[in-house]
Amino acid sequence: MQIKTLAEFAAEGSMPDILFWVGCAGSFDARAQRITKAFAQILNHVGVSYGILGKEEMCNGDPARRAGNEFLFQMMAYNNIQVLNGYGVKKMVTTCPHCFNIFKNEYPALGGHYEVIHHTVFLQNLINEGKLVLKGGGSFQGKKITYHDSCYLGRGNGIYEAPREVLAALDVELVEMKSCRSKGMCCGAGGAQMFKEEEAGKTRVNWKRTQEAIDTGAKVIAANCPFCTTMLIDGVKKAEKEEEIVVMDIAEMIAQSLQETSLNNTGQ
Amino acid sequence: MQIVQQLLFILLATVAIYLFARNVGRIRRNILLGRNEPESDRKDQPSTRWKNVLLLAFGQKKMFKRPVPALLHFFVYAGFVLINIEVLEILIDGVTKGGPYHTFEHFLGSFYGWVIGFFEILAVLTLIAVIIFLIRRNILKVPRLNMNELDGWPRRDANTILYIEIALMTMLLLMNSAEGALHLHSGEAGGFLISQLIAPALSGLSDPSLHTLQVLCWWGHIIGIFAFLNYLPYSKHFHILLAFPNAYFTRLEPQGAMRNMQDVQNEVLYMMQPELAPPPPAEGETTPAPPRFGARDVQDLGWKNLLDAYSCTECGRCTSVCPANQTGKKLSPRRIMMATRDRLEEVGRLINAKQEWKEGGKTLLHDYITVEELRACTTCNACVEACPVGIEPLDIISQLRRNLVMEESNAPGEWNAMFSNIENNMAPWKFSPDDRDKWMEEMNAAG
Ligand code: SF4
Ligand code: SF4
Repeated sequence: MQIKTLAEFAAEGSMPDILFWVGCAGSFDARAQRITKAFAQILNHVGVSYGILGKEEMCNGDPARRAGNEFLFQMMAYNNIQVLNGYGVKKMVTTCPHCFNIFKNEYPALGGHYEVIHHTVFLQNLINEGKLVLKGGGSFQGKKITYHDSCYLGRGNGIYEAPREVLAALDVELVEMKSCRSKGMCCGAGGAQMFKEEEAGKTRVNWKRTQEAIDTGAKVIAANCPFCTTMLIDGVKKAEKEEEIVVMDIAEMIAQSLQETSLNNTGQ
Repeated sequence: MQIVQQLLFILLATVAIYLFARNVGRIRRNILLGRNEPESDRKDQPSTRWKNVLLLAFGQKKMFKRPVPALLHFFVYAGFVLINIEVLEILIDGVTKGGPYHTFEHFLGSFYGWVIGFFEILAVLTLIAVIIFLIRRNILKVPRLNMNELDGWPRRDANTILYIEIALMTMLLLMNSAEGALHLHSGEAGGFLISQLIAPALSGLSDPSLHTLQVLCWWGHIIGIFAFLNYLPYSKHFHILLAFPNAYFTRLEPQGAMRNMQDVQNEVLYMMQPELAPPPPAEGETTPAPPRFGARDVQDLGWKNLLDAYSCTECGRCTSVCPANQTGKKLSPRRIMMATRDRLEEVGRLINAKQEWKEGGKTLLHDYITVEELRACTTCNACVEACPVGIEPLDIISQLRRNLVMEESNAPGEWNAMFSNIENNMAPWKFSPDDRDKWMEEMNAAG
């Protein structure tokens, strides 16, 4: 299945059901691109009717707004809303909780009203509706896995269970960190911290958080945010555990297990 | 003699209540120095708001995330709320009789004994809880109650309140016990549920000294209450009153949502679509002063931020979960609240002294809260989630950050680079916008 942009759909006189908002990290960051591709693979596999904005997508302004630059945020929001409303977008899914939060909670006041779904919730819905069938968890089955609640999905929007249910569908052994759900500790990237050095202190936020994850004894740290993924990978490196522990977005885990089980099936 | 005591009591009560009312009035005035909140008047959805008052303030829902202090605090809190009924009786006794009289006994009959017995149990539980609180604070040194930011007044304040509680509860029990011992002397059953256990120990005293003890404790108790009342407005213990309105006005939107800046939104809109801009002011009309971007001082914050500052219990639950603070950064959300209150009190004192507080003087930003603190925040909302009384330290941090960036252009170089990348490349990094869908081309090419 070929992925198409809304411009291409429009040229054909049609529109997909849903827009996949990729986000800046998912578009440009080499590691996050793998999450984007994994999620697109799942959408293709299920046969969801979706499109992306492609080159017309622009930063939604979250890091600018959180840093205090409201002016820049408002400019980005204005331009994005022009594009989105121009295509008549009603529904979008995104693999980034910051994009999710800002579209869901902050764009409406500026005239951008969309139904916004975070990809972990989207995946959970696909599973519940029987559209996404996981034949066992593949190599994740029974594996010790811990889940990192991102601030903007968890405390920011109260979504704690959907990602865990997706992991349950992979039949993993979920082990919780010392602080989880509403008490989950930040990875250190939010509030535009991703784009600057930390202030002086005893340690780095991501190192401390990753240590909590390592202490669970899990072999996979599951994340739902490209920024958390980056921070946690750095934490694993700092602890010199790259050989034993991997950090993966939930979409990547699903895509991998789909691939493994379909390989098995063809092998049979 | 009785009339003298009655008059004395009425005088004391009037002065105490007058002073208290004056202080509350000043605090109200200080809070209303804050901006109105055009985005939300915080009065929508009254039923949800009342539910929050019930759950958060009365039910102490968030307190119970940490069960041990929650239970102890609940005893003190229940003691506070219910013993007020006893204070009401003392007030009536004082006005009508000038001393202990048990007015309510005449209405409640034998049930009265049960009520007072119940209060005595609460008094004992409160005593136990308060003693454990003192131990946690001063001997076990629970970390969040022993940070440097509490040095000086905040630490003294916390302990003072605990000592006042001990004195009040002891006098209450002693008063009833002295009366119980008097009854024992006249051959009746002595005292209520708890005081009957203490009464025998006092029965060695003569009738007149027991009577004096009872009256002294009665006066001591009510004078203590009046003193407590007038201490409250200066203390973090003001939360026992403000926790209720603060729970009512707490935000109902998801925590992830940041407040919008209508002014900036309009400015951008008029820039993009000049035809929508309002006509320039006619000759002779004055243009309205340009809005302040973000907050520089307390009066630039919303009134709810200022109510938050007065409601803060300085419990440090926010700071103990703050990722910046946990990793040794200077930022402490509790200190943000304390600094806001300190600054607001300072401004209030200037107003009381009929002085202007002018631009160029001290401001909340820089003089009370430093750039280093503000920069360290990850906007993770852990502080907001943890606060038992619905305070939002993050909202203050965000508004101060806005002022730093938009009025002072005060941002680290990396942030300035990020801003210009967003502006020029539509992404926070220096990538070519043409590469945004490269991943798609790769996938499509792979088939
Ligand atoms: S939002 Fe900021 S102040 Fe509050 S806990 Fe998180 S990092 Fe600390
Ligand atoms: S803001 Fe809330 S959690 Fe923090 S110290 Fe004050 S009352 Fe406690």
